[in-house]
Amino acid sequence: MKNELKIEISALTANDAFVRSTVAAFCLPLNPTVDQIEDIKTAVSEAFTNSVIHGYESDAEKKVEISARLDGDELEIIVVDRGCGIKDVKTAIQPFFTTKPEQERSGMGFTLMSTFMDRMDVTSAPGEGTRVVMAKKIEREVENA
Amino acid sequence: MEVKFAEYADAVVVRLIGELDEHTASQVRPTIDMAIDMCRQRTFIFDFSKLDFMDSTGIGMLLGRYKKLKQKGIEAKICGPNRLVDKILNTAGIYSIIKKTS
Repeated sequence: MKNELKIEISALTANDAFVRSTVAAFCLPLNPTVDQIEDIKTAVSEAFTNSVIHGYESDAEKKVEISARLDGDELEIIVVDRGCGIKDVKTAIQPFFTTKPEQERSGMGFTLMSTFMDRMDVTSAPGEGTRVVMAKKIEREVENA
Repeated sequence: MEVKFAEYADAVVVRLIGELDEHTASQVRPTIDMAIDMCRQRTFIFDFSKLDFMDSTGIGMLLGRYKKLKQKGIEAKICGPNRLVDKILNTAGIYSIIKKTS
């Protein structure tokens, strides 16, 4: 089954709960485990929060675009902002790297995204924005007969 | 997100109830900091047994509180994390500085 979802929503951290719950609900037809749903919610939350806090510096006039696609047993999530972008993606995705240590940022966002999903790809250009693509296979463990 | 405090002779327990993300963390941070400022006990326990969701914001929040507690000579501890919270705390290596307790 193929299915697609697209949300465009204001860059407000208050919208994070809505966004992650919506993506989680969207993948329910694949019959994910509770653990898989939690992993997906965390990964979505990291990507969305990054776009709001870093991409748009919390400018609520701006919009973050979240798409999700189901294809067979794979879920693909794309989070896009047209904000400030990342100069050096390789450095940005290192664990504990943060540009905002004074705000108690952990620098673990990209690490958690890549840990919780099967695949993560970040494309970014300064002044143009950032695009995060993440994918996860939702394979159910075979239940005991 | 709701925060509940319980005070014992030796420890203060802060129970976080609900979902901890960027938005809710900014709401609970001042409340927890006030409790740390008033804490006269030797141990400050973060009770995550009622925490349903957390992202990396929780790591930053915990490390920030850990620094405050350390300055006051108070030991920080964590109890009751679910699988997700435990996985995040493990990934970030939090348990090497804040011990888990039962």
